[in-house]
Amino acid sequence: MPGDGGQKVGRVSGTAMPIRGQDIDTDRIIPARFLRSVRFEGLEAHIFEDDRAALAETGTPHPFDQPQYQGASILLANENFGCGSSREHAPQALKRWGIQACIGESFSEIFLGNSTALGLPCATGSPEVIETLIRVAEEHPAASMTLDLQALTVQVADQTMVVSMAPAVREMLRAGTWDATGLLLDRFDDVRAVAQRLPYVTGF
Amino acid sequence: MSRTLFQKVWDAHCVRQLPTGQTQLFIGLHLVHEVTSPQAFDMLRSRGWTVQFPERTFATVDHIIPTVDQARPFADALAEKMMAALERNSREFGVPLWDLSSPRQGIVHVIGPELGLTQPGMTIACGDSHTSTHGAFGAVAFGIGTSQVRDVLASQCLAIDRLKVRRIDVTGSLTQGVYAKDVILEIIRRLGVNGGVGYAYEYGGDVVDRMTMDERMTVCNMSIEGGARAGYVNPDTTTFDYLSGRPFAPQGEAFDRAKAWWASIASDADAVYDDRVEIDGRALAPVVTWGINPGQSVQVGERIPAPDDIDPAQRPAITEALAFMGFEGGAPIAGTKIDVAFIGSCTNSRLTDLREAAQVVAHQRISAHVTGLVVPGSQAVRAAAEREGLDAVFRAAGFEWRGAGCSMCLAMNPDKLQGRQVCASSSNRNFKGRQGSPTGRTLLMSPAMVAAAAIAGEVTDVRHMTRTPMPAGTEP
Repeated sequence: MPGDGGQKVGRVSGTAMPIRGQDIDTDRIIPARFLRSVRFEGLEAHIFEDDRAALAETGTPHPFDQPQYQGASILLANENFGCGSSREHAPQALKRWGIQACIGESFSEIFLGNSTALGLPCATGSPEVIETLIRVAEEHPAASMTLDLQALTVQVADQTMVVSMAPAVREMLRAGTWDATGLLLDRFDDVRAVAQRLPYVTGF
Repeated sequence: MSRTLFQKVWDAHCVRQLPTGQTQLFIGLHLVHEVTSPQAFDMLRSRGWTVQFPERTFATVDHIIPTVDQARPFADALAEKMMAALERNSREFGVPLWDLSSPRQGIVHVIGPELGLTQPGMTIACGDSHTSTHGAFGAVAFGIGTSQVRDVLASQCLAIDRLKVRRIDVTGSLTQGVYAKDVILEIIRRLGVNGGVGYAYEYGGDVVDRMTMDERMTVCNMSIEGGARAGYVNPDTTTFDYLSGRPFAPQGEAFDRAKAWWASIASDADAVYDDRVEIDGRALAPVVTWGINPGQSVQVGERIPAPDDIDPAQRPAITEALAFMGFEGGAPIAGTKIDVAFIGSCTNSRLTDLREAAQVVAHQRISAHVTGLVVPGSQAVRAAAEREGLDAVFRAAGFEWRGAGCSMCLAMNPDKLQGRQVCASSSNRNFKGRQGSPTGRTLLMSPAMVAAAAIAGEVTDVRHMTRTPMPAGTEP
């Protein structure tokens, strides 16, 4: 059952929510106090909770609180989104809220790995592409965007923009093998053989 | 062919190239804690999988445990539930667990090295981003998420892309009052919080060569704050001496054979790196963060940047950070009033960290408006510090001496900032809300600088503090 259990992710279409800012860390996406649970269920209720509370006081609600972005399926981000803590709770919360793809200037590696393991594609675009997409989402929040993993493009209205993804990640998502455990268990004799070559496993 | 340690360890643990192009990498040591593992064990249970290498898997509890009243059941029902889940999971899957009843309990990145589990040449994974700490021993160690914890439990492997290697040489020597924490904060300040994305950092040069293992752990610990998922130091006699006699280290003649293998996996002298950076250790000074990520820092004698001084692209980030912190751009960082002093975390809670801080506070009292907390990284560190009388030094100065755990680094237990309190902290992250209050503010610095700030009641240069010798019998 190599790589079973995963849905193929070929394209994601829907409206987009812009989250402006550099280095948005996973403590902001889901504050640590909500990690005091043995389940992922319900995390979506607390997504960006502290940022949302802080912005509510200023009179400019956080995008997650703005009516026009309810139902968004694509999250737009700037540089180094998801940095900091390795908590998978961050992409779990996004996915459970309804986000089906992230497009940003860059993502932290652990966040990217965690998102991929959930079948949540994270594509990167140049600062110009991201700025264009964010402006579209801000000015026309009802505009539908399509991330195409085959073509590595984002389409919105009559514009088509180029994005990129690491080839392996893109392949896993397209083939539906992003749930890696089955693949890793597939040839387990090879794993035992590697272990038997390591002196700290066999004993010095 | 010349190779780096990273390449040698990677090659030795590569099971195969997966059809996707990623590497299937064997993980030699898997460390487990209560926060990121329960859902992974549930996934194993629902799919009927077992832990393939329980003898290479070890669990402890650190994030949620209270540091004052540790009686079970915990007062916090959510923490109790997580503790109970880890107990059940470790029993059911045959994974050893060091809980509060064990003298081996502590922060996962403190106990792995302390027990000799962490060894050169290993691949190490843990559901925690500060797993990079273990790279101090010449291991390739990185943090993973819960689905990957499931992968490692079920298969002892990860599907992962190979990293590039950046060599960072810290040359010369450090001046008095400048510590490993300042070295890594300076590296992050210069290379940026995302400068290391795609890289493992190899730290070397005279300064790193002369560092103790505790200091090397501090440096490697914060690699992830610079975006590098892994960071490491080549193993040498300092490493071997540290490991000698540790419970899980090879013993007797096996130790000598191990040393030969460990030495062989160090980077070759003519290894080729993807990038190189050199930093002059003599130019370094104590570093303090002023903002909301670990790269937003200045040397203690410098001023907080003003948005106008900065590259326009960085202005929104600086403006946001200044607004959150309530600081004026252009103001000196020294003299910033603090409310809480926290000495602890996987970055700086080891015995040598506590010694450095104790030397600063000996025979002094912390400022009347400051709450001081010392949280040793493990029960073993706590016991060793008590044998040296460090607890008495801290208590006499007005600090609270607590049980071992992660505590106020991320405030998943009752240790939290209140409101807009400012905390001088020896931890690793100054993110918004990190220390338990959504509006709380964190200034990262070395343990000695935290100690100095506690005494002065404000950020101050530890190099200018007058020190009184430690009470007799407390010198190590």
